[in-house]
Amino acid sequence: MDMETKLVVSPSPHIHSGDSIPKNMYGVLIALIPAFLVSLYVFRLDAVLITVFSVLFCVGFEYLITKFILKKEPTISDGSAILTGVLLAFNLPSNLPLWILAIGALAAIGIGKMSFGGLGNNIFNPALVGRIFLLISFPAQMTTWPVPAVAATDAVTSATVLANLKFNPDNLPSLTHMLLGIEGGSLGEISALALLLGLGYMLWKKIITWHIPTAILGTVAIFSGILYLINPIPLHHPLIHLFSGGLMLGAIFMATDYVTSPLTKKGMLIYGFFIGIITMCIRLWGAYPEGMSFAIVLMNGFTPLINYYTTPKRFGEVRKNG
Amino acid sequence: MLKTFRIGGIHPEANKLSAGKTIQSIEIPAEVSIPLAQHIGAPSQPVVKRGDKVKVGTLIGKSAGFVSANIHSSVSGTVKKIDKVVDISGYRRNAVIIGVEGDEWEDSIDRSETLIKECNLSQKEIIDKIASAGIVGMGGAMFPTHVKLMPPPGMKAEVLIINAVECEPYLTSDHQLMMEKTEEILVGTTILMKALNVSKAIIGIENNKKDAIDKFTQYATSYAGISIQPLKERYPQGGEKQLIDALIRRQVPSGELPISVGAVVQNVGTTFAVYEAVQKNKPLIERIVTITGKEVKNPCNVRSRIGISFQTLIDFAGGLPPTTGKIISGGPMMGKAVARTDIPVVKGISGILLIPLSEARRKAPRDCIRCAKCIHVCPMGLNPTLLMNLTEYTVWDRAEKNHITDCIECGSCRYTCPANRPLLDYIRLGKGKVMDIIKARKN
Repeated sequence: MDMETKLVVSPSPHIHSGDSIPKNMYGVLIALIPAFLVSLYVFRLDAVLITVFSVLFCVGFEYLITKFILKKEPTISDGSAILTGVLLAFNLPSNLPLWILAIGALAAIGIGKMSFGGLGNNIFNPALVGRIFLLISFPAQMTTWPVPAVAATDAVTSATVLANLKFNPDNLPSLTHMLLGIEGGSLGEISALALLLGLGYMLWKKIITWHIPTAILGTVAIFSGILYLINPIPLHHPLIHLFSGGLMLGAIFMATDYVTSPLTKKGMLIYGFFIGIITMCIRLWGAYPEGMSFAIVLMNGFTPLINYYTTPKRFGEVRKNG
Repeated sequence: MLKTFRIGGIHPEANKLSAGKTIQSIEIPAEVSIPLAQHIGAPSQPVVKRGDKVKVGTLIGKSAGFVSANIHSSVSGTVKKIDKVVDISGYRRNAVIIGVEGDEWEDSIDRSETLIKECNLSQKEIIDKIASAGIVGMGGAMFPTHVKLMPPPGMKAEVLIINAVECEPYLTSDHQLMMEKTEEILVGTTILMKALNVSKAIIGIENNKKDAIDKFTQYATSYAGISIQPLKERYPQGGEKQLIDALIRRQVPSGELPISVGAVVQNVGTTFAVYEAVQKNKPLIERIVTITGKEVKNPCNVRSRIGISFQTLIDFAGGLPPTTGKIISGGPMMGKAVARTDIPVVKGISGILLIPLSEARRKAPRDCIRCAKCIHVCPMGLNPTLLMNLTEYTVWDRAEKNHITDCIECGSCRYTCPANRPLLDYIRLGKGKVMDIIKARKN
């Protein structure tokens, strides 16, 4: 047998875990299913419409940009454009006109991702780039929330919990409703419980580690907890802060984006801590009721710096500790 | 909670296809090639020439320095020539080629199976015997054993650690040896303890070898100072530094030897060879090799004389499957892919693994998605993706500062990478380069 021409010779290791980029991306998508089901229940067909079109726009733009502008092999099979599409949809009101959605998708994929060279090279979370682009360009449409179909009132639109908290604190839903998601808000952010289920799944599948979500949620809880001890008004209530707005969605799904978050566990904790602080500062003293997306994108910008200054805990640094 | 090392690590599928298979002897072929470089350090000097008659155990290569080792004939017959032969390194290097005639052993060697527990030799006599028997680390590193038994001045060993982890997937040679030569290994451990002048030894065994743990725990009670420690299954627990951390919770500092934390680690196969050398006067002329692979007809553990070709061993296991795409000397994580089958078995080869073509090729790499999984699994606490980038852009000062030279080349980073990045390829390259730079600076 002429083996010499057939044998593969390559350096070790010779086996691979089988992990892949699509596996991780689809894993996150599975973790988003509970939140999607809640939004389906609350917003009905609008939830499907916005999610499906957001995915179609994101995947479509990525395909067109790689094929006709970058002239490279299309990368849409890695699942990252689908994930960006779903995450973008989850950060939008369910009654957003589709043409605005298309602009958001173009900003997310075109500016947020492909202009840096595609998956792995972008500095800012693409879905958040899209969301912030829309928030600044279409402030009215981006902050008008349909009243949940399941909440029996005559009103057509409502403010979010956080907007009420800031400007109209007597008009708050119960904590149970916030936990379950019977409230106004973006598509995927409303149910803290559903998002926590997703977190559990991702931790179990080892898609992410606990560091970033814990650092963000912990910081917000402690920050508002201290204020609540000093002055117990609803605006300082830690549970309202934890269960409302984009905090859960951001802490679990947006801030944990591999590409734009720090590499080391130490770095992840620092990053999460500052996201928590910035979010609370904007929520309490800023012009916007919610500051999660700004906080994440700001800290995305600091990620390279955090990476430079935080090193993993090296073997042998803890000498003879027993 | 079972003990294990504290930083990083992975858990690849064990695939121990040849587990529990009794060690079989390989028939000696008509010719063997015994390489003169079977250890770290200077290659041995040949002391035989063409036409010389040799017996099993005759010295054919003499240690050529402090870090070097003797080589003995593994067969009886006539030296045909001393010539360059391709060995596991892939290079053509000197080997003694012997035509086999019969199987006649040196008279000094005790070939009986009788267990000899008593050893009244002094520390120095033991080390001399180990050195003259040409014993090297049989776990794969092939570092001369007697050198490890002589700590540098000012350093003192406190504990002997026997590496019975066998954390590489597929390999079972150590496991089977432990099942068949339990007491011999325990006597070997006692001898090594004496050589190091320590009163304590720990045998670390991974929990997937429960039968071996039970057997050793049962027999060890009659050997003073030896304890058996089951370990959680985790790769690369067989790495010297990881094993020390797992067993005695001490971490060897960067750039230092295990002796700096009072530990000396010996492989379990080496320990058996020490027993044979000291108690039976038998030099290192054979070893246990696992021949395995998903499509191998008869995965097995064999006792092979040094110098027998891979082909002979593969034939014994049912021949080379036609679907073979890669032949690995050693395990799948740290073993070396070889390009041919006429390579001789040497002292450090614990297994021959045949990988089907469908699994032999690597997948195409993608851009790094900075998932940090390589960082989480690195058992040395390094940042593999950064080290790869620094090597790619030849930023050697930063590579050095980020401790590229600490890399033990276990391959956990590349095994884990979802983007299939050739992390270890680059780090190996950068590590070599940085080591050269450090060396040049010292001179």
